[in-house]
Amino acid sequence: MDQQHIRNFCIVAHIDHGKSTLADRIIEKTGLLTQREMQEQVLDNMDLERERGITIKAQTVRTIYKAKNGEEYIFNLIDTPGHVDFNYEVSRALAACDGAILIVDAAQGIEAQTLANVYLALDHDLEVFPVINKIDLPSAEPQRVIEEIEDVIGIEAEGCPLISAKNGIGIEDVLEAVVEKFPAPKGDSAAPLKALIFDSLYDPYKGVIVFVRIFDGTVKKGTPIKMMATGATADVVEVGYFGAGQFIPCDELSAGMVGYITASIKNVKDTAVGDTVTNRENPCENALPGYKKVLSMVYCGLYPADGAKYPDLRDALEKLQLNDASLFYEPETSVALGFGFRCGFLGLLHLEVIQERLEREYNLDLVTTAPGVIYKVYKTNGEMIELTNPSNLPDPSEIDHMEEPVVKAEIMVTKDFIGPIMELCQERRGVYISMEYIEANRALLKYDMPLNEIIYDFFDALKSRSKGYASFDYELKGYERSKLVKLDILINHEEVDALSFIVFEGNAYERGRKMCERLKEEIPRHLFEVPIQAAIGGKIIARETVKALRKDVLAKCYGGDITRKKKLLEKQKEGKKRMRQIGTVEVPQAAFMSVLKLDEDK
Amino acid sequence: MKTNKELEIYIHIPFCVRKCNYCDFLSFPGCEDIHGEYVRALIREVKAYAGLYGNREVSSVFIGGGTPSILDPALTTDISETVFTSFNVAGDVEFTIESNPGTLSDKKLLSYRTAGINRISMGLQSADNDMLRKLGRIHTYEEFLDNYDKARKAGFENINIDLISGLPGESKDGFEKTLRKVTGLRPEHISSYGLIIEPGTPFFDIYGEEAEAEERKSLPSDEEERAIYYMTRDILKDAGYHQYEISNYALKGYECRHNKGYWTRKEYAGFGLGASSMYEELRYKNTPDIGEYLNADFDKNVQTVMADVSSEPFEERDELALKEIKKLSKEESMSEMMFLGLRLNDGVCKQMFYDAYGMLPKDVYGKEIAKFKAEELLDENDKYVYLTKKGMDLANYVMSAFV
Repeated sequence: MDQQHIRNFCIVAHIDHGKSTLADRIIEKTGLLTQREMQEQVLDNMDLERERGITIKAQTVRTIYKAKNGEEYIFNLIDTPGHVDFNYEVSRALAACDGAILIVDAAQGIEAQTLANVYLALDHDLEVFPVINKIDLPSAEPQRVIEEIEDVIGIEAEGCPLISAKNGIGIEDVLEAVVEKFPAPKGDSAAPLKALIFDSLYDPYKGVIVFVRIFDGTVKKGTPIKMMATGATADVVEVGYFGAGQFIPCDELSAGMVGYITASIKNVKDTAVGDTVTNRENPCENALPGYKKVLSMVYCGLYPADGAKYPDLRDALEKLQLNDASLFYEPETSVALGFGFRCGFLGLLHLEVIQERLEREYNLDLVTTAPGVIYKVYKTNGEMIELTNPSNLPDPSEIDHMEEPVVKAEIMVTKDFIGPIMELCQERRGVYISMEYIEANRALLKYDMPLNEIIYDFFDALKSRSKGYASFDYELKGYERSKLVKLDILINHEEVDALSFIVFEGNAYERGRKMCERLKEEIPRHLFEVPIQAAIGGKIIARETVKALRKDVLAKCYGGDITRKKKLLEKQKEGKKRMRQIGTVEVPQAAFMSVLKLDEDK
Repeated sequence: MKTNKELEIYIHIPFCVRKCNYCDFLSFPGCEDIHGEYVRALIREVKAYAGLYGNREVSSVFIGGGTPSILDPALTTDISETVFTSFNVAGDVEFTIESNPGTLSDKKLLSYRTAGINRISMGLQSADNDMLRKLGRIHTYEEFLDNYDKARKAGFENINIDLISGLPGESKDGFEKTLRKVTGLRPEHISSYGLIIEPGTPFFDIYGEEAEAEERKSLPSDEEERAIYYMTRDILKDAGYHQYEISNYALKGYECRHNKGYWTRKEYAGFGLGASSMYEELRYKNTPDIGEYLNADFDKNVQTVMADVSSEPFEERDELALKEIKKLSKEESMSEMMFLGLRLNDGVCKQMFYDAYGMLPKDVYGKEIAKFKAEELLDENDKYVYLTKKGMDLANYVMSAFV
């Protein structure tokens, strides 16, 4: 099919505004799938994604649409991840498209991620048209939302499709608009191969499957290819396009098309998202712009709850990394937790996703240490180290100063909650930048905030303090000098390395106090008193005491039901097994986790 | 193994007038219409097992509940007669029935005596009427006194009074009053259990883990609970009651044989709904489903139990009125001997352990015993390994190391 009949596009939206549902309807209406074949949400493949209603890995599907003008069009719908942690993946997926459908919820209107995503699309010179979704909700105000889109984003919205993706209303209008409003790709099939990698996944049989958008040239079986940034080379084994949930081989992929390449590549690291694929015998002159190496933003220690499972954890991380080049890990040891891994993630959601997959798909019981960011430590000898594990902080006497990552945060919030949200940002060391009303009832707040203040439970706090009426987005701004200290926790006078973390000096006392309080609740009574202390550089700043165990006896008779008594005792013994021994004190695994959520109401 | 072994018999009566607010025992309020049918099934069961337990000498019979005294005394007599005719009951048998003060009468008590019952256990729980109301008991202290007198008059010379300490809102002084009143009556035996808030009971909803902190505060703290426990021990000791088990006290010569049997791993046959038994090294338990029980083919149960003594592993048997059957390994048996024996003030008898397993406790549990001795929770003499006073406070902590 000629390029005139291809449309490469994506859908952008704030979370929950109906992106995946619309994608499902498009696939359904274009007829390559019967309703029976549709899973509830075709594009969200992972269980976790379905449960959380978010897209983590970009999925792509090719469908055929017969337009009202009687002609058939190939639609390549590239689904994009919906979370700020995956911004770079989003930007590469957008770069593979020519147009973007902007979905806005008819009741909620524009949210922080709507803006972030639409600006990202516009930055990539995509044609954008809006779609108002959920118009059948009683609270829907399509006209207000249309005005909001025109005022705030500045794109035409009058006459845009008004739809209900859930109930299949207005889908035809969307499909027609895709044909009419989005440009056809304009590439040169005769030119040297130039293709953008926008995703890749590992398949045990085929090796790495590379998702590409062909800008120029042609690729087919046997083409000698080269990744321009990583330098990896291979010979193409198979090319094809994306059926819903399956890979369909074809003869060749040419300019304007979206599809996949396999070439017996063993490691997704060789096929970095954003890299350009070219023909190594006939290479293109310049790579596509925008490639960057993805960096981990958040680090934590992952340890198997049962020390014997260390090899299992290593295998699982290895397998996950095959599919997720942004996951970083290296072995480390902790006095308290034994052998484990220091892992790097794109953000807290990414961390949670990996953690849950390890627990669910690989059946591992994990202990996670407090997540932290990368600090830059400038030593008095002129050396600079990037610190990912608080335990490795040099002696304070060797430190000249430290820097921490700061993000530009944008928060959209309704008028009533501006006060509480500003308060929250201030508590989290936010530096106020600006506030503008985007409509009578809503404002966009801009703050610069240290990343380590938002990786804990900022989302939760934002949600609870705004009763759900605030949305949030951020991007990395850079590193700034800051007064940081290492807070140590001592249990029964013994320092627990896995509980140490870096904290802003001004918050250290408060943090230390809360940590002690929380640990006091988590640590069971022992035969002796257990002091829990927080310390900075050897100076104790807070203390709590777990009182000695005075009573642990249940002496019922149970009419001779010894089995019942035995089960109770077994349970008690099991409970002890799940404890970590720190000196003479047994600390439940949960204690290491619970201290992460210090701001939660008790 | 030894010949002519002793056997204890437990008979469960799963009926009561009303469920008390703390009670999680298997018992149904009301249900008068099925009392007769239940007792008929019970009698079938007792008869069915007679052959299995053969020539063992029955040293104790215990009718527990629920509230066994709710039954028409004629039914109780039928049960007793069946036991006496089906089993080799010792001449000096300890034959106990549990009762709720408020369900007894002269006629009932006399009929028990005639049926061979020689010990009565009365669930008083508290001598404070406000507490009795809170617990959901059906009687007052005065009604109890009346029933107690009647029992004495009927000739019961071995009476137990059950008490519960650590009630919500009850002070140490409050429980002291109960203890003083009860010791004044001179029952032969006193059981004093600390209140346990069991899931599924009304008390759990009010005082359980998920309940309001405010309500939970009316329960004694661990420290207060222990203070009450120590007080109980002291008052009862001064009144001539020696403690022989974590929660049980008796005048000289009146320790409950049945209770001690459980902790020394005597064999026992449990009859009735949900009742547990130990035959040879096999523990089995009846169904808790009343419909299943009433229609059970007990001969089949007996065959199953017999088969399981010699065959391993055991399969699930849904069609039977048996809930659990488990042949204990030597390790499990030893573990039981330890954690059960530790409930007794005497402790685990070394000779008994050696006779059963050909080893001494220290040969098997040397590490654990040494650790707990160092923590002053266990001690030993020539004959026994036992919990210290501090060890009794932390019995579960110690026992759980032996399972």
